[in-house]
Amino acid sequence: MPNYLLVDFGSTFTKLTAVDLDREDIIATSKAITTVDTNIVIGYEKALERLYEKIGSKIDFDRIIACSSAAGGLKMVAIGLVEELTTEAATRVCLGAGAKVELVLSHNINNAEVQSILDKNIDIVLLAGGANGGNSECVIHNAKKLANSSVIAPIVFAGNKDAADEITEILSAAKKDFYICENVMPRLNVLNINSAKDKIKEIFVKNIIEAKGIKKIEKTIDRVVVPTPNAVLMAAELLSTGFDNESGLGDLMIADVGGATTDIYSMAAGLPTQMNALLSGLEEPFAKRTVEGDLGMRYSALGVLSAMSPSEISHFNKKGIDIVMEATNRFKHIDFISESDHDYIVDDILAARCIDTATSRHVGTLKGVYTPMGIMYYQVGKDLTKANYFIGTGGVVISSKDPVKMLKRATKIESRSMELRPKAPKFLLDKAYILSAMGLLSMDHPEIALKIMKKHITEI
Amino acid sequence: MKSIVIGVIGADVHAVGNRIIEYTLTREGYNVVNVGVLASQEDFINAAIETSAHLILVSSLYGHGELDCRGMRDKCNEAGLDGVLLYVGGNIVVGKQDFIEVEKRFKDMGFDRIYPPGVTIDDVLQTIKEDLGES
Repeated sequence: MPNYLLVDFGSTFTKLTAVDLDREDIIATSKAITTVDTNIVIGYEKALERLYEKIGSKIDFDRIIACSSAAGGLKMVAIGLVEELTTEAATRVCLGAGAKVELVLSHNINNAEVQSILDKNIDIVLLAGGANGGNSECVIHNAKKLANSSVIAPIVFAGNKDAADEITEILSAAKKDFYICENVMPRLNVLNINSAKDKIKEIFVKNIIEAKGIKKIEKTIDRVVVPTPNAVLMAAELLSTGFDNESGLGDLMIADVGGATTDIYSMAAGLPTQMNALLSGLEEPFAKRTVEGDLGMRYSALGVLSAMSPSEISHFNKKGIDIVMEATNRFKHIDFISESDHDYIVDDILAARCIDTATSRHVGTLKGVYTPMGIMYYQVGKDLTKANYFIGTGGVVISSKDPVKMLKRATKIESRSMELRPKAPKFLLDKAYILSAMGLLSMDHPEIALKIMKKHITEI
Repeated sequence: MKSIVIGVIGADVHAVGNRIIEYTLTREGYNVVNVGVLASQEDFINAAIETSAHLILVSSLYGHGELDCRGMRDKCNEAGLDGVLLYVGGNIVVGKQDFIEVEKRFKDMGFDRIYPPGVTIDDVLQTIKEDLGES
């Protein structure tokens, strides 16, 4: 009986999912505190012990693979030329690879910006700029700046191909660890994600997990293969598009509310659904991920507060909830665990605000223009009004008493009709927190991973 | 291959002429970067930066070109596109106005070449080649 063990080394918890391939189902799941600061193996073994307890006996695994967002995840800087074009394209590549974009730089970078790359302990630098055949001065200037700095992080060059040879000379003369990839924006508004994304994933597996002390685990398990958000992206794309005869769910969105960030995923082409709307700006990826670093339940609780209007805060005050105090308290005590009904109500309020604001930033928008032919709209970003499903995941959503109420905050708002939010999606819940595990499983057994997701991610 | 940015500025959706311009300039061996219709000044400028364009060719067919083009040269200078050539053509002003006057106003706005209604892209090819130092 072939069994798989999928491991997710999270920033807080190490989560285990055991799968029986014959039965095409989950055997059990478990979790324990991640122990990357001491020895990552300790936390893993604790979680494994709990898993065996749940199953009632020890079992053998044919393959054990893992994803990781422990030790700060994969921290990247995206460097481009124009903010809306190559800089945005570079940012999307980083997010698609599952990275945290700690820094976004554009045009010619200066000394202070180079210093900020050092200060933020960036793991990988993505250097873009210029369409093919276009501007190469900027990206060469930036390569020289990096060459003359003490930056030791690997540099992925994915800019104007015309500059590739010169950049190779500059970076090899400076003995930097660098990689040449295809341009992230080969032509105006054309997005080319895969080449640079695959390289980033490769570097993550080869260098980054070792630097973070995660590689030790590879004596115990087979491999750490991807950053966790990338595993979630793979799972989400599979769940949307289907595999062979096993159909997918079509266009869908996912909200993952965590302690430090809120991630929104959309699997959809997002083309205009309105007759008089015209796509504008950089092409959108089918599988898109955005991360809001200021929206989270603990580390970023104060950011959630800033996203609330004074009238909203006053509304909760009248209901006897001092939301300012509650959010501040959660920020000060990041290990705060909700116990009372009141705690859960407050968590729900904060999470709903995270989902609402993060969705606003993720979805495309319309902008009206009055033309001699009547009103026309520019559409910037994805039209997600027709998304079939909206999936909630993350501790606070899963443990909420009324997750639908929370997830509904992602849907169409009449007063903000220009935001292209889903109109009437069905709501699903990733109760057992299996998305990242199924992303890992999908690398070897996509059809089984899809069947398991369709079974366990259920309508609420 | 030299890059030329083309597009239709402002709230103008006339797409056909723009396609003809793209076709002709491509045939002549230019890297044509088409920002399409309903394009803002920033769309033209951002495209020109990323593609190191030598020429921005602005089309306007609906009469509001003068409003839409205002300040474009300043923005180009601000964006570091100091030497970029700016052309404009089409029905660029409201009503029937004396073209000498119109041309002067657009020259004052920093445009290098201004074309009245009825001028086709073929009529302008020779000037483009000369301006780009190719003949």
